[in-house]
Amino acid sequence: MASGAPAKRVDAVRALRDAGVTALLTFGLFLPLIGFQTVTDVRNDLILNTRWPLLFAVVALVGFSRLAYSFAIEPWLQNRALKPAVEPAAWRGKVARWIIPFAIGFVVAYPAIVLATAGFGRSVKWIDNFGIQVLIYVMLGWGLNIVVGLAGLLDLGYVAFYAVGAYSYALLAKTFGFSFWILLPLAGTLASFWGILLGFPVLRLRGDYLAIVTLAFGEIIRIVLINWVDLTNGYAGITSIPRPTFFGIPFNADDDGFAAVFGLEYSPIYRTIFLYYLILALAFLTAFVTLRLRRLPVGRAWEALREDEIACRSLGINTTNTKLTAFAMGAMFAGFAGSFFAARQGFISPDSFTFLESATILSIVVLGGMGSQIGVAIAAVVMIGGTEIMRELDFLKLVFGSTFDPTQYRMLLFGLAMVLIMIWRPRGLITTRQPSVVLKERKAIASDLVKEGHG
Amino acid sequence: MEVFLQQLINGITLGSIYGLIAIGYTMVFGIIGMVNFAHGDVFMVSSFIALVAFLLLVSLLGSSSIALVLIVAMLFTSLVNWTIERLAYRPLRGSFRLAPLISAIGMSIFLSNFVQVTQGPRNKSIPPMVQGDFVLFTKNDYPVTLSVKQLIIWIVTAVLLVCFWYLVTRTRLGRAQRACEQDQKMAALVGVDVDRTISMTFVIAAALAAVAGTMYLMYYGVVSFADGFVPGVKAFTAAVLGGIGSLPGAVIGGILIGLIETMWSAYFSIDYKDVAAFSVLAITLIFLPQGLFGRPDVEKV
Repeated sequence: MASGAPAKRVDAVRALRDAGVTALLTFGLFLPLIGFQTVTDVRNDLILNTRWPLLFAVVALVGFSRLAYSFAIEPWLQNRALKPAVEPAAWRGKVARWIIPFAIGFVVAYPAIVLATAGFGRSVKWIDNFGIQVLIYVMLGWGLNIVVGLAGLLDLGYVAFYAVGAYSYALLAKTFGFSFWILLPLAGTLASFWGILLGFPVLRLRGDYLAIVTLAFGEIIRIVLINWVDLTNGYAGITSIPRPTFFGIPFNADDDGFAAVFGLEYSPIYRTIFLYYLILALAFLTAFVTLRLRRLPVGRAWEALREDEIACRSLGINTTNTKLTAFAMGAMFAGFAGSFFAARQGFISPDSFTFLESATILSIVVLGGMGSQIGVAIAAVVMIGGTEIMRELDFLKLVFGSTFDPTQYRMLLFGLAMVLIMIWRPRGLITTRQPSVVLKERKAIASDLVKEGHG
Repeated sequence: MEVFLQQLINGITLGSIYGLIAIGYTMVFGIIGMVNFAHGDVFMVSSFIALVAFLLLVSLLGSSSIALVLIVAMLFTSLVNWTIERLAYRPLRGSFRLAPLISAIGMSIFLSNFVQVTQGPRNKSIPPMVQGDFVLFTKNDYPVTLSVKQLIIWIVTAVLLVCFWYLVTRTRLGRAQRACEQDQKMAALVGVDVDRTISMTFVIAAALAAVAGTMYLMYYGVVSFADGFVPGVKAFTAAVLGGIGSLPGAVIGGILIGLIETMWSAYFSIDYKDVAAFSVLAITLIFLPQGLFGRPDVEKV
C-alpha cells in the first residue's frame, strides 16, 4: 500500500475473546428455540426433542464468523477508511447513461430470451413466477413511490387499495360479465376513491403515526373482506374469475380461441406472454405518468411537501389537496395492479392482502431509495426475484439431505435481508436524486443533504 | 349485569396482558422515538420460550413451575431483545428516520419466520398449567367466575408494575432513562451512558413482554408463530390511547383496549372485535393524537 498509515496488527487475544463471547451469546439466544423442538407425539401431547448437534453447529458457525470478521474483514474495512475517497470513475457515468435503455430492452425481450433458453414447456414458469411476479411488485413499488417517495407520506396499508382493485374486478366481472378492459379503469377509479376516503381522516397525521393508522385501515379492510361472507365469500375467496382476452379473443383451446385464430398449436404459454406484456405496459404507464407528474405543479408540490410541510404551507400550497392527490394517484395504480392480479390468478382470497404485502412493498420503496424509480425497480428484482429463486434451489437438498426444503427459508431470509440492507445503506440503493426543477444546470444531489419523511 | 361483570373480569385480564406489552412500546418510543415493530414478535418469542421451559420443568415441579418458567422466559427474552437492539437498531441510530422502522419490520418478519422454521407452523397447545375457579356469585343461573389463572395474572401484573414504577422513578437507571428521553446529547454530557441506558430500556421492555407472553400461554394454553402481530398492534393501540411516552397511560390504555375488545365481542360481533380495536387506534390518533395522558407534540420549524 503506497499511501496511508500501515494497518494495525490484529490483536489475537482480543479477537479470540470476542469470538468466545459471541459464541456464548449465540448459545444463550438459540438454546430455547433451536436446542429444543416442540413436537406432538402419538398421543397428541406436546413433547420436547433436543437438537444439540444443530445448536452447536450454529454456535460454532457464528463464533468462527466473528473470528473471521476480526482477522479479515475488520482490517480491510479500516484500510479502506484510511484511503482517500476516490472520485467515481468515468465509466460509471457511461454505465448510468446506458443502464435504463438496456434494462427496458431486456424486459421487452425477456419472454423471447426465456423461450430461446429454457424451451417451450419450462418457460411458462420462468415468465410467470419471475417476470410477472417481479413486474407486479415493480408496479406496486412505483405506485407507492408516489405516496412515500415523492409526497413523503408513510403508508403501511397500501395493500388495501390493491385489494380494492382485485375485488372490484373479480366481483364486477363475475356478476355483470364486464370485460377486463372496461373494469381496469373502473377498478383504478374505485381504488383511488378509497384512497381519498381513507386519506381524509389522516390528513393531520405525520410520520410514524400516519404509518400506524394506515396499517389499521389496511387491516380493517382485510377483516371486512374476511367477514362479509355474502359479498366476498370470506376466507374461501372468489374462484373462476374471468380471464382477460386478446381484444375479444379468449386464450383457450376452442375453435375461436387465440391459438386456433392465429393458426398455432394450443399452449398456455400464449396467455402467459400476453399477461407479461400487459403488466409490463401497466408498469411503464405508472413510471411514465409519475415522470410527467413530477414536472407538473402537483408533482412539485408533492416533493415540496416531502421536504418540509410547514414551509410548503407558508408558500401557499394547499397541503390538503396535495396529500389527497398523492393518496389518490398511488391508490389508483394499486387498483390497476390489483385488477391485473385478480385476472391473472383467476382466484383471490383475503390471504393475498395481508400486512406482510404492505410491508414488502414499503420495503421495496425504501430499499430502492425513496423517490428513485430505477432504485425501486432494482429493489423489487432483488427482493422478489431473490425470494422466488429460493424455490429453485433444489441442489441444496443434496447438501443438507432430502428433508431440507429451501422454500421454508424464503421469508426468513427476506426479513434478514431487509435488516442487513438497511444497515449497509440506510438510505436505500440509489441515494442520489435529480431535482425536477433546476436553476442553471442539472446535477444529482446526495440524499444525505435532505431530510424527508417528516411531513 | 352478570354478563357485564364477567366480561369486566375477562377484559381486565386481557387488558393486563396488553398493558404489559404496551409499556415496551411506550418506553422504546419515549427514549429513541421509534415504533419498535418487532415488539409484538418479541412477545410471541417469549411465549415460545415459556412453552419450552414449561415442558422441561413441569415433569419435575408440577404446577408450581410457573414462577420458574416466568423467570426463565424473562431472562432469555431480555437476551433476545438486547441482541436485536445491538444488531438491528443501534447501527441506525441518528440515521435517516425511516431506516429503523424498516429494520424493525424486517426483524419482525425474521422473528416470526424463525419460530416457524425452528418450531413448525402448527398451533402448540399445552395442558392447563393451573386449574380452578372461584364462583363469585350466581344470578339467573349465570355464575360469575374468577379463575385462578385470572387471579394470578392480576397479581403478577400488579406486583410487576409496582417494581417497575419503583425502578423508573426511584433508581439511578430510571433517572438516566428519563434524562435520555428529554435530551440524549445533554444526558451524555452530564455523564449518562446513553447506549447502556437504551440497551437497558430494551431489556426491561423484553422482560415485561416475557411476563405478558408467559401469562398469555398460561391463559389460553395455545400459541403459534403468527401470534405476535395482532396483540402487538393492539398493545401499540393501548400505548397510543394512553399517550405515548406515558407509563401509567400504557397500562390504563391496555386495560381499556382489553375491555373494549371483550365488551364488543359479548354485545356486538366477535368477528369484528379486531376492527373495534383498530378503529379505536385510528379514532384516537385522529382526534386525540397526544392520548389520554401524553404531552402534546409541539411543531417546530
